[in-house]
Amino acid sequence: MPVAERTMSELSGLDALEAEPRVTPAATRWWSVLWPKLAGIALGMLIWHLIASSGWRPRHVLPGPGQVLPRLWHELGKPITWRAIQTTMRRAAVGFAVATAVGGAVGLAVARFQVVRAAVGSLITGLQTMPSIAWFPLALLLFRISEAAILFVVVLGAAPSIANGLIAGIDQTPPLLLRAGRVLGARGLSTYRHVLVPAALPAFVAGLKQGWAFVWRSLMAGELIVIIANKPSIGTRLAFEREFADAPGLICWMLIILAIGVLVDAVCFASAERLLLRRRGLG
Amino acid sequence: MNPEPTCVRIEQLGKSFQAGRTTTQALDGITLEISRGSFVCVVGASGCGKSTLLNLIAGLERPSAGALLTSGRTALMFQDAALFPWLTVVANVELPMRLAGIRRAERRRRSAELLDLVQLGDAAGKRPHELSGGMRQRVALARAFAQDADILLMDEPFGALDAMTRDVMHDELEAIWTRSAKTVVFVTHNVREAVRLGDEVVLFTSRPGTIAAKFDVALSRPRRIEDADVAELAAAITRRLREEVAGHARR
Repeated sequence: MPVAERTMSELSGLDALEAEPRVTPAATRWWSVLWPKLAGIALGMLIWHLIASSGWRPRHVLPGPGQVLPRLWHELGKPITWRAIQTTMRRAAVGFAVATAVGGAVGLAVARFQVVRAAVGSLITGLQTMPSIAWFPLALLLFRISEAAILFVVVLGAAPSIANGLIAGIDQTPPLLLRAGRVLGARGLSTYRHVLVPAALPAFVAGLKQGWAFVWRSLMAGELIVIIANKPSIGTRLAFEREFADAPGLICWMLIILAIGVLVDAVCFASAERLLLRRRGLG
Repeated sequence: MNPEPTCVRIEQLGKSFQAGRTTTQALDGITLEISRGSFVCVVGASGCGKSTLLNLIAGLERPSAGALLTSGRTALMFQDAALFPWLTVVANVELPMRLAGIRRAERRRRSAELLDLVQLGDAAGKRPHELSGGMRQRVALARAFAQDADILLMDEPFGALDAMTRDVMHDELEAIWTRSAKTVVFVTHNVREAVRLGDEVVLFTSRPGTIAAKFDVALSRPRRIEDADVAELAAAITRRLREEVAGHARR
């Protein structure tokens, strides 16, 4: 056998031996992810039911799932419920988009310029620990009772996490990949475009995920405080139920808040994160 | 026969690094001429500045003393394949062409060609983590070729591979080099590997790195690492290397 041909067959032999086969049965995987979640919900309901029926608090103060779930079904049939959810989700989306733009720009600037990092690097982490509700008095002074006041607080709550995610991602880029990028001809901006930003993507998505949690929290706080007339939102519904001391209605809205927070995280962020990591052989 | 034109000319090259108050002399008084199309192997114990030499030739670092002239562009390969994990195999190979502003259709054509050259045409759509170490190093080789450089600098590229894979990679590299007429500067600490591959073996001393000796490898190609004359010359070079290392103990 000539050398080239022998090398070729040896190579394909080695490749075949070393490349691992991958089997992914989609249906089984879905079920294995789903059933623990369903079991968890069922367990939560059971504990709730036991506490509610123990007589620790009267029924009209602490209703059990048997009272609340039919009420939830009833509430979900009302158009005002969906109008409220729509308003809140629109605010959340706008707030998240602005926070991503601001956080991304600040994060890039901090990662890129040493001076900016020295100036505001630790301030960002400081802002992250600031409870968003503490911003509301100032926001109300600046913007009165308006959409802008809510947006202001939501963006201030979420942008630091998003910026920090991006900074961490860029800082943790393996030096070898940076060197490889340089050797291959990446300079200045193209280093960001082809090496630093893609390398930072998983950490950035983790920052976005955390950013979403902050958006949702500050938005709920904001809607409880800034109540705009004739504009039903999840926060205002919650506030009304409290004023009427309607415990089942109150718990209904809390369940809706919890469900939206979990769903958005699972559908948007957790799956994106998993896909990113799996593509890179990390998950 | 006309002598081949010089591709890399190095004269009295020195490089020192400053770390705090201490200065380390990595290379000192290196004089070396590498002719176009030749395969030069640099061997030496650790700390002899082999990698520094490649970084200098690649233009990643500036010399502290002496002169260095390269005619033609350089590509550098590391011990680690250093592929971008978020790109597919073919996108990794195309990246240097994208950075050079080559058009998409042309990129597609050349990357397919290069992947065939390293016999990974079937793996084009895979991600680096799905490949074995040897396959990854071949992708890195294709990526280095995609830079269309005249001088290929290789920094212990097969150091992390198992003996069998390395052996096959030697055959592969030799075959590709014979066809491509590129100049290769290959750094390794494995003397046998150097003799197996090189037209010339340059032996470096350590701390500071200087050239101890040069050996012409006048053996016919294709070679095998288990050939008796490869082993014989490697043994002679190893003896010399040992003398150099032992000299350090006495100093």
